[in-house]
Amino acid sequence: MHTFFASFSFMTDHFGLLADRTVDHLKLSAAAVAVALVLALPLGVWLGHRGKGSFLTVSISNIGRALPSLALIAIFLGLLGIGFVNVLTALVVMAVPPVLTHAYLSVEQVDPDLVRAGRGMGLTEWQILTRIELPLALPVLFTGIRIAAVYVISSATLAAVAGGGGLGDIILNQVSYGLSGVIAAALWVAFLALAADALFGALRKRLTPRGVLAGRSA
Amino acid sequence: MSSALLAATGPRPVIPDFGTVSSCVRDNGLFCVDWFTANFSSMFGPALVQHVRLTVIAVGVGFLIAFPLALLAHFRRRLVKPLGGLTSFLYTIPPMALFTLLVPVFGLSVLTAEIALVSYTLMVLFKSSLTGLGEVPEEVRRAGEGMGLTRREILWRIELPLALPAVISGLRVATVTTISVVEVAAFIIDQGLGSPIIQGLQSPFNTQFIGAGLLAVALALAADGLIVLVGRLLTPWARTRRTV
Repeated sequence: MHTFFASFSFMTDHFGLLADRTVDHLKLSAAAVAVALVLALPLGVWLGHRGKGSFLTVSISNIGRALPSLALIAIFLGLLGIGFVNVLTALVVMAVPPVLTHAYLSVEQVDPDLVRAGRGMGLTEWQILTRIELPLALPVLFTGIRIAAVYVISSATLAAVAGGGGLGDIILNQVSYGLSGVIAAALWVAFLALAADALFGALRKRLTPRGVLAGRSA
Repeated sequence: MSSALLAATGPRPVIPDFGTVSSCVRDNGLFCVDWFTANFSSMFGPALVQHVRLTVIAVGVGFLIAFPLALLAHFRRRLVKPLGGLTSFLYTIPPMALFTLLVPVFGLSVLTAEIALVSYTLMVLFKSSLTGLGEVPEEVRRAGEGMGLTRREILWRIELPLALPAVISGLRVATVTTISVVEVAAFIIDQGLGSPIIQGLQSPFNTQFIGAGLLAVALALAADGLIVLVGRLLTPWARTRRTV
């Protein structure tokens, strides 16, 4: 128990250091999620709109899930060398599968009757996508982003082994920061992941059209 | 080399003989097959076995905890939310943080690693088991009642077999996730494929950490495929795609 109390005093004594590493950690995570969104979101939504490519998205998600994060960082370390780019690439590879699968599923599961009704009303494909499918897809879509974000924040802790910085730097360096520092950083990372999870959960509720929520709870 | 030194270090010198080393190892190629195969029995093989053992124990114990909990929640629906919330909470804590936080309490031991590993499997196994148990259509259950089956018989003959596909897909996800987390466990115990990776990262020599990394990826894909196959054999009636 004493160790845990010591870690709290470490947090207050070295608040600047923790804040600094947290900013690094979040920058890395945000960059990875952003790249994954740019890559996977349009593709997933488009495939979902066309209703094709379920095999592709399912395979990518299955393979993606099977890629151990530390192994990925190790493999990219050999390919890309030490540093930000290596870790970023590894994290992007981890973030793409949940985003892609959920983007695909979210659009694909929209009631085909609604899409047909829209088409009957003379909406263009783009209007069908933006006015019918995407608003209805938003909750599932957001779940994918949430899973990716939490997973990336969690895995970014491993970035330290490849010179990516972040809070893992403190956790892996007991020689410099002592046990209390390591515990403090570990608690901090855990808090960060839980906070991100809660934040995205709240955002999802906020962004979901009221009609969709009502329909869901009914 | 003097015979005294030879006796002290054993018949096989620890320092590699740079005279006969392949050009790949000398130039530090991305992945030297010869070095990998030469060190398989001493380094990668044992690490692989440990990795499998840690994973099997974690998923096994996790299932023994999660499945009864799912059964309990299936009969007492008000437990669904708290149990689901608790397991999700455990799942959300980053592995490295959880391992680190457990060390002051349980020490640097396999037990510590397994506690964390088991806690990661619970969410997936609980949710998939619960989903599976809930998947039985109401008519089927009624038909069972109409045939005079007791509640227990309905559970054993109808609900559990019909839950099997969802349970298996849960085991699949849990196994693959655990294989990934076992790598991280190498930060606290010197076991599994994470261990040659972490040690290998101390030096610029590529083959050790890339080899162990590739092996871990191969293990995860193989385990994934194996469970799918076993699942197909166990549930010949369910030819549906329940992959996502």
